[in-house]
Amino acid sequence: MPDAFAASGLEKRYGRVEALAGVSLQVGEGELVGLLGPNGAGKSTLVKIGCGLVRPSGGRAEVFGRPAGSREARRALGYLAELFRFPGWLRADELLRLHQGLAGSTGGAAERDELLELVGLADVGRRKVDQMSKGMQQRLGIAQAMIGTPRLLVLDEPTSALDPAGRRTVRTLLEELRGRGISVLLNSHLLSEVELVCDRVVIITRGRVVAHGRPDELTQARGVSVETDEGERRFDLGRDEVPELVARLVAEGRRIYGVQVIRSTLEEAYLEAVEGESR
Amino acid sequence: MTGIGVIAAATLRECTRRRVFGVIVVLTGLFLALYTLGTLTAFHHLGKPAPGDDVDVTVLAGATLLGLAMFATLFLSTVVAVFLTFNVLRGDAEQGLLQPMVVRPPGRVVFLAGRFGAAAVVSAGYAATVYAAAVVITGLAGGWWPDEAVLPGVELAAGAAVVTAISLAGSVHLSTIANGIAVLMLFGAGLVGGLLGQIGDAIHSDTLSSIGTITSWALPFDALYQAGLHALTSDTSGITGVIVHLGPLGGAQPAGPLLAPWVLGYVLVVVALAGAAFVRRDL
Repeated sequence: MPDAFAASGLEKRYGRVEALAGVSLQVGEGELVGLLGPNGAGKSTLVKIGCGLVRPSGGRAEVFGRPAGSREARRALGYLAELFRFPGWLRADELLRLHQGLAGSTGGAAERDELLELVGLADVGRRKVDQMSKGMQQRLGIAQAMIGTPRLLVLDEPTSALDPAGRRTVRTLLEELRGRGISVLLNSHLLSEVELVCDRVVIITRGRVVAHGRPDELTQARGVSVETDEGERRFDLGRDEVPELVARLVAEGRRIYGVQVIRSTLEEAYLEAVEGESR
Repeated sequence: MTGIGVIAAATLRECTRRRVFGVIVVLTGLFLALYTLGTLTAFHHLGKPAPGDDVDVTVLAGATLLGLAMFATLFLSTVVAVFLTFNVLRGDAEQGLLQPMVVRPPGRVVFLAGRFGAAAVVSAGYAATVYAAAVVITGLAGGWWPDEAVLPGVELAAGAAVVTAISLAGSVHLSTIANGIAVLMLFGAGLVGGLLGQIGDAIHSDTLSSIGTITSWALPFDALYQAGLHALTSDTSGITGVIVHLGPLGGAQPAGPLLAPWVLGYVLVVVALAGAAFVRRDL
């Protein structure tokens, strides 16, 4: 079974600027992969190559085993651009109908209503795009990307214009997509968002992958904090050593009120990876 | 509906929705009202043609007025064609409007073909409609009807389609404003080239005639305009015929047998080149 998205040695140069310098990554079927990196790292270029919007200078990109940008690849994916914009004269429902026509979806009004409901726009289907707030337009963009039930959803900064409630809606939506077996490549600056929903994380800087893995693999154990009758104490130990530690403290006559294994956050892991590469 | 049909239908719906098209309709109405007033006034002051006159003033006035209306119609339909297409590719890509559409299965070539088809239908239809209105106004106001009523309208419509193709091709690489300016300057260059050709023919200057000929092949909307002007009075002879064939703002020239296939091939090649460039462009 081919990966939902596979990039192998992907390169892209804009004149003298090297946007991608041999990026390889995979998004498995039903997997939710987060793409992290500083501004100008090459994330959007990678996403655009995956969607066939940008031609690579070298390497290969495939969607379900088909060359990225081919008709078969385009048929399998839904895309929300970082710079999303839709014709202001269209109503929300009409925009979805237009994309149903382009995607060859036979879902009809039921699909449109379901998607508008899913992104919290059920009440504004008749509203024109230019009368919507930026956040509403971004939600509409997510609904647009999901037209035709794509097998791979490519979301480039899908929550950049959303308030906290909107972000939560998108997180719930992403979890539901994973439940339906839809693969997602999520490009986001919001580390907490990525940490909460993604199965794997790929960190890119200067056009190169500098770290990848599950969020819990990228974060590291930073000791154990124990709350005793003498106050909070830190021990430079791992999770596996917690039972022995607690037993020893109890044997020493201490009363234990709480134990917490301390891990670095994804933010710390991200900064280490990015700054390590910059040095 | 196929992908090309979906794109074309969306483009046509856009035409009816955007406020600027209301402005075009109102201003076109004003133009036709002004033309009606001018035509009524001109024919009112002409008086009756006298027997024995070398020049039929009714034909002269009617052909000149309708020729002017054709020039205005070509200009207005050029503006409409440019407006419909000048930002279709690069301009819309820079705004982020294009990307969600072209990642869909029909892809870029179908998108471009759909946009061109709809824009050409609208601009050509606009040219044909305004021309038809001008013919009716001239006929009712002065009792003069062109020798060929339909052909000039078809040629004007084809001229609008040519401009649409050029503007669409320009939009692949040029920004919105740059493309709009470039196409309007090409429009002006085409008309000036035609005029130089006419002057060259009149004073027997091979250089000027060649400029006119080359311009007409390179920018065939001018050749179509000249052929349309000629068709207005194709059966008119004598001194009246000589005068009216000089035409206003560019002389009348009959269409050769190669004009129609050349225009068809020209439009297809320009759109195909635009498609080839668009497919290779990073968005």
